[in-house]
Amino acid sequence: MKWIDYAKADSIEKAIELIGSGEARALAGGTDLLVNLRVRRLQPDLVVDVKSIPELNQLNYDQSDGLTLGAAVSCFDIYSNAEVASAYPGLIDAASLIGGTQIQGRASIGGNLCNAAPSGDSIPVLIALGAIANVAGPNGTRQMAVEEFCTGPGRNVLGDGEILVSLSIPAPAKNSGAQYMRFIPRNEMDIAVAGTGVSVELGNGTFKSARIALASVAPTPLFVKEAGDALIGKPVNDESIQVAASIAKDAAKPITDMRGTVEYRKHLCEVLTRRGLKIAIERAKEN
Amino acid sequence: MASKTHVQTTINGESIDFLCEPRQSLLECLRDVIGLTGSKEGCNDGNCGACTVVFDGKIVTSCLVLGVEAEGKEITTIEGIASGSELHPVQQAFLENAALQCGICTPGFIVATKALLEHNPDPTEHQIRFWLANNLCRCTGYDKIVRAVQDAARRMQEA
Repeated sequence: MKWIDYAKADSIEKAIELIGSGEARALAGGTDLLVNLRVRRLQPDLVVDVKSIPELNQLNYDQSDGLTLGAAVSCFDIYSNAEVASAYPGLIDAASLIGGTQIQGRASIGGNLCNAAPSGDSIPVLIALGAIANVAGPNGTRQMAVEEFCTGPGRNVLGDGEILVSLSIPAPAKNSGAQYMRFIPRNEMDIAVAGTGVSVELGNGTFKSARIALASVAPTPLFVKEAGDALIGKPVNDESIQVAASIAKDAAKPITDMRGTVEYRKHLCEVLTRRGLKIAIERAKEN
Repeated sequence: MASKTHVQTTINGESIDFLCEPRQSLLECLRDVIGLTGSKEGCNDGNCGACTVVFDGKIVTSCLVLGVEAEGKEITTIEGIASGSELHPVQQAFLENAALQCGICTPGFIVATKALLEHNPDPTEHQIRFWLANNLCRCTGYDKIVRAVQDAARRMQEA
């Protein structure tokens, strides 16, 4: 690894100044960054540790305002918070399957989003939950929906000196539920061949709303708005679920690689969407 | 100009000062700078868990932590698990259940297992296997390790 300087930022302003000063990368959990430095895929001159910035450590849940999730909060801290775990089981699905226990002790959901892997496990469920990314930079703050954050494999909307501060996730509506599910050939510690994040809101035996997003089947995590919209007003039954699953399958634009073929991945999108929706529906009935 | 950084930290209850380059991992600092060679380097990219330590109350792979990040933190390594010459119940259980062969993965498994049993004193086999998914063993086939963890759980509950 080439020589790298290290600086710790204690405030958003300081982090923006340091990250904007040259070839610099933000360091949160480091579980992607340090690997990329070691294989020289990334060669910054400076890493800026953002874990001491209070706003990046927020984990605040409020029944009406929802969740403010600091970009540096570790997966372990997220699923260890009983209140958050009970309100957002779909988010917990993702937080508890990224890497193993040791990785979860460091890796953050914010880092997973910034890393912008097509297979980023937390991103589909963030999209399904309607999460908003809160970004700060030299020109002030801006917000965008998570589905607009990733722009290509490993690329995101952050400009020079910009950092992801936090994610805002709306409070779960009554009779709503979410789920993230991925397919991997083993039981844990692997990269999704395909993944689906879904959320539903039910009322009077029908879907009031639904959101579906896919992992590993496009250059970025893919929001399939039309799959969720197709459920609105439809009865909660297998037939409706199958319509959404077929739309998800058609929307997937995967490539063939060592993890799976185009055909296999599209098939997985259909199956995972169907299974994920059934779990999300069960969760929705419980709250 | 490139210069080393002074880091002050607490390792196994002892206050430690060391100098390191910012690019050095905590694992390199533990082994090559401080001389605590119990934590092993397997893959050096976070997959194998042989370098597992407790960092600020959570288990982490020390190859994916920078040494400079240890400033002001509390760290427990495999060297901090036994009390003097008395083995921790997890160590004793691994020994008596022959839950190791070559031994390279063992320090990581023991640190991770102790953290599991402090977090969940009576884990199911499923919970044991998932908690330890980030620790790879190429010798044992894991069954003896799982049995050792179950035995350690019994020992710790009886203690």
